Amino acid sequence: MELTGAEILVHSLQDEGVEYIFGYPGGAVLHIYDALYRQDKLQHILTRHEQGATHAADGYARSTGKPGVVLVTSGPGATNAVTGIATAYMDSIPMVIFTGQVPTQLIGNDAFQEADNIGITRPCVKHNFLVKDVSKLAETIKKAFYVATTGRPGPVVVDIPKDVTAQKAEYHYPDTVSMRSYNPVHIGHAGQIKRAVKLMLGARRPMLYTGGGVILSNAAEPLTELARLLDFPVTNTLMGLGGYPATDRQFVGMLGMHGTYEANMGMHHCDVLIAIGARFDDRVTGNIEKFCPHAKIVHVDIDPSSISKNVKVDVPIVGSVDNVLRAMIEAIKGGNKRPDAESITAWWEQIEEWRAKDCLKFDRDSELVKPQHVLETLYKVTGGDAYVTSDVGQHQMWAAQFYKFDKPRRWINSGGLGTMGFGMPAAMGVQLGHPGETVVCVTGEGSIQMCIQELSTCKQYALPLKIVNLNNRYLGMVRQWQEFFYQGRYAMSYMESLPDFVKLAESYGHVGMQIDKPGDVEAALIEAMKLKDRLVFMDFITDQTENVYPMIPAGGGQNEMILI
Amino acid sequence: MENEAGALSRVAGLFSARGYNIESLTVAPTEDPTLSRMTLVTCGTDEIIEQITKQLNKLVDVVKLMDMTEGPHIEREMMLVKVRAEGERREELKRVTDIFRGRIIDVSAKSYTIELTGAGDKLDAFLQALEQAVIIEVVRSGVSGIARGERSLKI
Repeated sequence: MELTGAEILVHSLQDEGVEYIFGYPGGAVLHIYDALYRQDKLQHILTRHEQGATHAADGYARSTGKPGVVLVTSGPGATNAVTGIATAYMDSIPMVIFTGQVPTQLIGNDAFQEADNIGITRPCVKHNFLVKDVSKLAETIKKAFYVATTGRPGPVVVDIPKDVTAQKAEYHYPDTVSMRSYNPVHIGHAGQIKRAVKLMLGARRPMLYTGGGVILSNAAEPLTELARLLDFPVTNTLMGLGGYPATDRQFVGMLGMHGTYEANMGMHHCDVLIAIGARFDDRVTGNIEKFCPHAKIVHVDIDPSSISKNVKVDVPIVGSVDNVLRAMIEAIKGGNKRPDAESITAWWEQIEEWRAKDCLKFDRDSELVKPQHVLETLYKVTGGDAYVTSDVGQHQMWAAQFYKFDKPRRWINSGGLGTMGFGMPAAMGVQLGHPGETVVCVTGEGSIQMCIQELSTCKQYALPLKIVNLNNRYLGMVRQWQEFFYQGRYAMSYMESLPDFVKLAESYGHVGMQIDKPGDVEAALIEAMKLKDRLVFMDFITDQTENVYPMIPAGGGQNEMILI
Repeated sequence: MENEAGALSRVAGLFSARGYNIESLTVAPTEDPTLSRMTLVTCGTDEIIEQITKQLNKLVDVVKLMDMTEGPHIEREMMLVKVRAEGERREELKRVTDIFRGRIIDVSAKSYTIELTGAGDKLDAFLQALEQAVIIEVVRSGVSGIARGERSLKI
């Protein structure tokens, strides 16, 4: 059957099993939009800005595990999408982004709405393709999904000139695709796994440090089994939250710059560190010279270039986290050696001593609304069962510290790139992927304004998000650094001329609330959650001076935390 | 590498984005026209070279990668030098060229163009042997490399 390029694209997406495509039309993609109009299998979600489209697709991908799909026009459509693409790239999120391009014969002529999409996106994609021949379109789309979703996942851009979407070719969507230059390794090396297990069984002060790889590889279950089998403490990175049940005794909290005292002290003093699907990011390690000075390190990662990039490791294992964890469990169960119970007990006693410091304590008697109190209450009111997205800043850290995620894919945030404006559009994607579930966006008055226009999208598609705006009238994290390190010179960190968020929400057709007393927090959250089919914007007027603790200042080691 | 538009810029972009040095880079299609072979000369500590190797392998367009310096290998670079060649100097330049086993491939009343192939240090030595004043123009191809013996880079 001969189809136009536009029809081939739409058919390919249908055959790929895509449910939603997030996008924004424009001149170069009009043929594609016409093909979308003439079908009803794929639903197109019209955002109000291309950045919103990429974040929404990203949120959908993070929460469902399926690739997010985006369609934008050439030139500004593509450049607006770049922030969202880079966000997904830094957190290894599978996405396929279709960008329109000017007709083939105009490429390079500075044509209207022309941009070098391949060149602009190259440093922030796993791979990208320019399709110049319509007969290669279906195969290229298959390759794009294959590359995006296998190995270490990531965004893939497919740039399609307008004339290619009009030309015709025979349609055939391949079932599989093989690429000689792309063969990710899934199975961990048996000898290395044996060495790692030996090291783990001999550990006296072990620590499991796990990251986003556990979530991406759907390995929460084997991780939990391994940790319980060995009675080892577990700490999660910001990206790894939910990979191990946060309410479990063996969970010591998040680690890193704003991690818990017990997690960071545990890292500093451990003798065997087992890093699983984590990449030793600078926000985790602190000063690399002072990082885990006593530990032998095992590192499991699907990307060989993550291994020994920042920290030299003793036992590297390249493979999918899920596969390697299962192999470790099998090896341990198959033998009769277990870690020395006395040492592990003594280690736990030490950890409990650190935990007793209660490093996340805050003033519960304040007359002002404390952001920590809001998040603690949110956790209580939602029964710990909501999908929570966040923007970037203090509220993100408090959400990570105070909302206890027991399940994977419930905590959705921009960890690597730290993209303000991510939270609400990401929540839209989460809600579409999980209709009927509670989806909360924890944000601040700074971040929310970076993609505020998406309130309109939420209205159009009846997405009943619950927005928790921790409004301290400051770019809080910037303010905190200025207080600590710039003698309180608050340059440009005060958000002046803020809108009335209640009226703003109402003008978009949503419900707005403002809460400025600690005593009203719980009732407001309960009321908002009751409004199941409405978006509720909760504007919490919080204490302006609250800081995120603990904190490892730049250049500090993990044992050098500032505590409240 | 895949012989595709953009493959070269992916490699060059990787080096600039991650702050690695490219000392020289040569690339051309192979006997299989779907493949190109690139020889890239870089420098760094063992850790940096390990990262460069891993990052390059991660590029979807890179089919196979070999660190030539891990075994015995041959490096060759081609250089074209245009020199001022007048009067008595013509004889002298011819002699130096012969000593370095170069060839004079173009002659005019006032100039010679000399072709010389060898490892980089040989080319450096040749340039040093010439008086600076005679050199009009130097073109170097960048290094191509191949392993000695049976070891080969083939897919």
